[in-house]
This record gives sequence, structure tokens and C-alpha cells, in this order.
Amino acid sequence: MAGGQERILRGRIRSIQATKKITRAMELIAASRIVKAQQRVHAAVPYSDQITEVVKHLAAAGGEARTPILEGRAEVRTKCYVVMTADRGLCGGYNTGVLRATEGEIKADVLAGLDYSIIAIGRKAEMYFRFRGYKITTIYNGFTDNPSYLNAKVIGQDVVRRFLDGEVDSVELVYTRFISAGSQEVVRRPLVPLDRELVSTHGADGTHGADGDHAGSAASYEFEPDPSAILETLMPRYVEARVYAALLNAAASEHAFRQRAMKSATDNAEELIKNLSRVMNRARQDSITTEIMEIVSGAEALSGDKNPHVPYVDLDAVAQPASR
Amino acid sequence: MSESMHVEVVSPEKVIFSGEATMVLTRTLGVGDIAFQANHAPFLGAIVECVTKIYTTDGGVQDLAVHGGFVEVSNNRVSILSDLAELASEIDRDRARRAMERAEETMRQGHDAEAEAALRRAHARINAAGGVDGQSGGVRPGH
Repeated sequence: MAGGQERILRGRIRSIQATKKITRAMELIAASRIVKAQQRVHAAVPYSDQITEVVKHLAAAGGEARTPILEGRAEVRTKCYVVMTADRGLCGGYNTGVLRATEGEIKADVLAGLDYSIIAIGRKAEMYFRFRGYKITTIYNGFTDNPSYLNAKVIGQDVVRRFLDGEVDSVELVYTRFISAGSQEVVRRPLVPLDRELVSTHGADGTHGADGDHAGSAASYEFEPDPSAILETLMPRYVEARVYAALLNAAASEHAFRQRAMKSATDNAEELIKNLSRVMNRARQDSITTEIMEIVSGAEALSGDKNPHVPYVDLDAVAQPASR
Repeated sequence: MSESMHVEVVSPEKVIFSGEATMVLTRTLGVGDIAFQANHAPFLGAIVECVTKIYTTDGGVQDLAVHGGFVEVSNNRVSILSDLAELASEIDRDRARRAMERAEETMRQGHDAEAEAALRRAHARINAAGGVDGQSGGVRPGH
């Protein structure tokens, strides 16, 4: 019956409206967090730039200062990926982008006969790789939407330890770089050993190229203690700073992705509500029309019923539609 | 008026101090206290848990508790990079003192690297904030 359909439609519209309220709220929350996350990305730039400068000067001046973190190993057997995803979903293609990029790399490594190691950051990465039967080395989660330097420190130390122990021979970061609120990209960056290119020309994370105005001054540094001792304490700090910058970028990107996903969900809900309301109104109109038709045809039947040959009129059948 | 140089104290989360100064006093790993004045030769050092003093051009002294890091001097610029550094004015002295007592207590029960580090941190904080007897910390008139 037509009235039943109308009721079902009204129920659906109500539930979509409730969903829309939720997505709208999430959109607004994400939008406000982007601004904060973006400020944190910018606030981390001076440290990241300066520590890159220091590494550069040290690498340029301290010829005798060598460490595998700077030099790399001749033979790479195990590659380690630090994968940064979110703890939660509802953020569009944010997690998928990073995970797919990583999985592609790992598959290529396995084909090339290399071993891999995964450091999963964020619950989504953990779930993805566990479900597909990859071996996960370490899992970190619970802080991806608002990382602190302490988180980066723990991860950085883990990475450095595994590298120095010879457990892994190269470490790469896979995360989503935050370019602006409107654009982010999935990037893969070498973390250990350091990217020679990066150390010599760009700031960590490629945010701002460290300016070249210090060039030439690197020659005559005094070191205290000696360069290799400084390098030993500096390298872990540098790795931590890189991890921290990546975490902040990932967090800002997560919020940006979530805002976009929730915005389109809200728009979609609006569209659905509009269409369903239209269908519902038509259904209501149809049922009214049907009722009028029934009344009119009932009245017609009554008034045309002057035929004396019919012995009696079935009052119930005629009166029923008219009484509604 | 003596010459000045630019000084920056930077932590991963933010720039803690940035300004012109005539002298910076800090402590490096291995050697000990070291001071930089304007036009110092290029220098790169690892610094230990200490109180760093920045003698600003306006005659004040800015004390900071620096919990390890690096100092780089080049082109008349001093950059101090630290995981954790605090301006004297931001330090909660009571909390630092409680932390010190806690760490001392732990140390009495047995040698513990963590407690020792905590104790050093607390000492640096308390010294930066102007000593245990509770003088005002932060920027104060020059020496």
C-alpha cells in the first residue's frame, strides 16, 4: 500500500539526516585540527633545518667521522619500512594510499630476493598487514592524530638500534606529505642511511631547502668533543627529527583527508535527502490521488445506481472508501 | 656597546628563544663550560644537561635549562638544538624540587641510570630557575 512506502521513506530520510549530522561534525572537527597540525608542521621546520645543517657541516668537515648511518652498507639484504597510517578510518583514501605504496615496494623486494621488515604506525597499518599475513616487526599506535616528539624519539631509537644491530640494512619512511590543505601526496623517503642528496641540498623532509649561505664556512670548524663522538650522538637525534617531521606531516594529512571525506559524505547525504524527499512526496501525492479516485468512483457508482432492476445496494462496499 | 650575535634555541616542537646577545654560556660534553661571544670561530659541539645563560644585548640574562643537545656557531650565529629546553620563567620550581627528591630517594636505594638522569634534569631546572632558595628566575639585571 502507498502509505506504507511513505513511512519507510520517512524513516530512511531521518536516518540519513542523523548520519549527516555526524559527518558534518567530523568535518568541522577535522577542519579545526588541520590548522593546529599545520602550525606544528611549521614549528618543527627550524629544528629540522638546523639539525640538517649541522649534519651537513659535520659530514663535510669530519672526514674521519664515519658511521654506517651516514655511509650505508655495501650490501642491502633487509629493507625496513616505517609505515605511517591513521588509527581510525573514515578518512577517504588516506590509509589505502600509503598501504598500497608500501605493499607494492615489499612485493618488489620479495621478488628481488630481499627480506623486509615492517614498522607499523597506526592501527590501520597493523590491521592491513596482519590480515594479509605479512610479518610486522613493531607496532606503534594511539598517537597518529596528534604525535609528540617523544613518540618520534621512541620510533627513532628503535630504527637506529635495529640498523646498528645489523637487523636491517636500510630504512625507508612511507607517509603522506602535507603540501597544503588541498593537496597531499604519498611519499617514500630514505631514513637510514641518510639520503646523500637530502643532506647536501635540502632540509629534512623537503619542506624548505636549507639555504646555501653557509656554504664554504664548513671548512674550519672546531669540534668539541671530536667529530666522531658528536656524530654518534647527533645521528640518532637527526633520525628522530626526521621521524617527527614525517609524523607531523602524516597527522596534518590525515586531518585534511578526513575533512575532505566527511565533506563529501555530508554533501552526499544532502543529495540523498533531497532525492528521497522527492520520492516520498510523490508517493504521498499518489496515495492522495488514489483515494480521491476511489471516492469519486464510489460516488459515481452511487449516483448512477438508478437501475430499478437491482434489488439492493451493498452499502458496506460503497461506504468504505467514502468514509476515509 | 660590544658587538652582538644572533642566538637561537630550538627544540623540535618550537623555537624557544631567538634574539640578539653578547654572550652565551653553556657546557659541552667532555670539556666543560664554554662561552661564545660575537664573531666566534665556527664551532660544533654536543652539550650536556646544564644551565645555559644568554646575555642579551639589552643587558639582561636569560637562563635556560637545556637537557642535552648541540650547539653550532657559524657566521656570528649561535644555534642551540635541544630535544628539551626550558626558559627559566617556564619552569615549575616546586615540581622540579619534588622530582629531585624523588630521584634522590631512588638513588639511595640503588644506582639507577634513569634516576640519575632525572636528578640531573631536576638540578638543571632548579639552577636555571634561580636556585633552591627561591630567588626570582628568568631575565634579571645583568652581572
